[in-house]
Amino acid sequence: MKNRKFIKLKNIFLLGLLVVGSLSCEREISDEVALATFPANPDVFIDGFSGGLDYYPFQGSAFGAFTVDQQTKYKGTSAMRFDVPNVGDADGAYAGAIFRLASARNLTSYDALTFWAKGTQAGLINEIGFGQDFDENKYLVTTNLQLTTNWKKYIIPIPDASKLIAEKGLFWYAEGPENGKGYTFWIDELKFEKLGTIAQPRPAICKGEDKVETQFLGSSVNMSTYGLTQTFNVESGLNQTVTAAPAYFSFKSSNVDVARVSDLGILTFVGTGTAKITALIGGVKAAGSLTVNVPGGFPVAPVPTMPQSKVFSVFTEKYKDLPVNYYNGYWAPYQTTKGEQTKIDGQNVISYTDFNFVGTQLTTPLDISQMTHFSIDLLLLELPTDIDLLLTFKNENATATTFQQNRIGQSYQLDPRAPVVAKDTDFQAGVWLTVKVPIRPSSETGLDKTGVNLIIIENIKSSNVKAIYVDNMYFYKE
Amino acid sequence: MEKIVNQIKMKKIKRNLRLIKGLVFKSLLLALPIFVISSCSTDETQKVATFTKLVMQDEFDKDGAPNSTIWGYDEGTGIEGWGNNELQYYTKRTENVKVENGYLLITAQKESYNDYSYTSARLTTKGKFDQAYGRFEARIRLPYGQGMWPAFWLLGANIDEVGWPKCGEIDIMEYRGQHPTKVLGTVHGPGYSAATSISKSYSLLNDRFDTGFHIFGIEWGPDYINYYVDDVLYNQITPADVTGEWVFDHPFYIIINLAVGGNFVGSPNSQTVFPQTMLVDYVRVYQKN
Repeated sequence: MKNRKFIKLKNIFLLGLLVVGSLSCEREISDEVALATFPANPDVFIDGFSGGLDYYPFQGSAFGAFTVDQQTKYKGTSAMRFDVPNVGDADGAYAGAIFRLASARNLTSYDALTFWAKGTQAGLINEIGFGQDFDENKYLVTTNLQLTTNWKKYIIPIPDASKLIAEKGLFWYAEGPENGKGYTFWIDELKFEKLGTIAQPRPAICKGEDKVETQFLGSSVNMSTYGLTQTFNVESGLNQTVTAAPAYFSFKSSNVDVARVSDLGILTFVGTGTAKITALIGGVKAAGSLTVNVPGGFPVAPVPTMPQSKVFSVFTEKYKDLPVNYYNGYWAPYQTTKGEQTKIDGQNVISYTDFNFVGTQLTTPLDISQMTHFSIDLLLLELPTDIDLLLTFKNENATATTFQQNRIGQSYQLDPRAPVVAKDTDFQAGVWLTVKVPIRPSSETGLDKTGVNLIIIENIKSSNVKAIYVDNMYFYKE
Repeated sequence: MEKIVNQIKMKKIKRNLRLIKGLVFKSLLLALPIFVISSCSTDETQKVATFTKLVMQDEFDKDGAPNSTIWGYDEGTGIEGWGNNELQYYTKRTENVKVENGYLLITAQKESYNDYSYTSARLTTKGKFDQAYGRFEARIRLPYGQGMWPAFWLLGANIDEVGWPKCGEIDIMEYRGQHPTKVLGTVHGPGYSAATSISKSYSLLNDRFDTGFHIFGIEWGPDYINYYVDDVLYNQITPADVTGEWVFDHPFYIIINLAVGGNFVGSPNSQTVFPQTMLVDYVRVYQKN
């Protein structure tokens, strides 16, 4: 479902043009004036496409997944039929498409997209909604829904209908196989409605939580990645939540000299300091907030000073790096750590998130017998109270596994086999810390230094160190 | 049908005529099957009295605690959660009951209080106001959510002498927060109480009870109780409808409360939003002129 590519179309909005009597000498708006508005036709698919609607499958989806079925239908003469392919289907890995109008409609008088649906099995449609137009997707709404094998009516509430003065994306969906198997579902009587029972809006940002994070000058993030939802209570008495595009929200920054949000929800950090981002939908305050601390630009890691001749570089900009198989092995099943090398503000660093443990594997086992130290630069943007990292160099080969371990952060000595090489008090939020780890005699550690191939960092106390930046990993001879 | 609608008494309150027209129209559609089922001559036998003499009113115009000459409180948890396994502890604290900006606010809170997890309030006119017959009405905006159980109801003032259900109970409005479009009107008496009570629901079409105010009322005469929502007469209960003694012949007092949980609604769940407030714009009682 990734790598969707769309043809960008330029929208020409006719809205807002005033029809003014051309003979009028006075520049007053005549009684004849009327705002040009788009048609309010609510129908999407009743027994066929409503006027001007077309089918655009996502790239990589099964093109033929959608058909019009005259045998199975909820009402009338036909229904929309969707055939989700099996895993490995040559035609496409999933079913997914948008249904877009050639010219926009005004949906401001409705409060929900509704339809009847059923499946050959009780599949969960991964993504379904409206507002996707292969352009800005400005008013995108996404939810998921659990099918049943009987016809059932579904409601997708509009987060704020007053925004939908010119909408082209009337419907979209994306669904993959369930447990590797494809299946079929049908949708009928697809239309916008004014139900009058969509009530008690409770918008939220950051999933309703008060989130605090550090960001850097000059960078920007999209608010759509910060848990933007709108929740309504519907006639059944249930609360229904949809993911709503940033444009439904009006965001407010407590300090526009630090952070500001565009209409499309791009949050840009323009100055140092702190700003709190809050939001409203249709005048209703959203639960949750995002507080950003902007200390400045992304901190620059210290430049190593050893000459190349005394260094085996694993990840630096100064030296020639040894080849590696990976900086993150994504070890199943227990590793949660995401992220690898990346470029931030022109700097090559390794950025790990959801950090529990992670390893770098050298392509060729390295003989570090002549090396005296391993150096690593670490950056934490927020300091947990219980930093305790375990650093391991491993020689893992067909016949044996040997290693040296050291601890970073824990201030008391727990295990003599893993001496502490840096204290937790050495860390400062947002400041690179260079840790130099002495390579101990093999008689002490058991490590066979002739073939080190793994460097592993573990969050052994499961502290709330979640994001960690790494730079300048190299062995050196003093 | 026409006749019934014509008989609906016009009330002396500001109203939105278009809204009322809409409601009356909807009521025709909604009420149609019931009248057909109950009797083909319902309109001939139906008695709709004209109660126009205002004898008691509280417009909730003074901020603070409710008027103590009209309202008292049932506090605590009663016996077995007021007989219904209700989950709230009733208090008269301002957190649970107050008059503000022209409304009586009864608020259910989720909080730990005297070993209970919810608090709310129950106001009663017991010992302060009771009346046999007349029109009893209140304009209310209801709360919402699984487990919310607001009610506007009457109990026989002789409850301490004869007990319940012999004293009689007239539920003018009951509602389950998980059914935001539906209210119920019910009578309980000897031989027809609790599960065997005489009850009927009324549903709004394309609207809900928690997004705006609605008038809930009865017109009660010696041998009938008519149930109204706004200007819609949706039920009439007569001695012929009850499966026991007709006990609606003596003074009743008023109760307004917001219960949490209990047999009627079930417990709140993770979807229930707290706090929840029931807003009462006014309570008015009329007699025959």
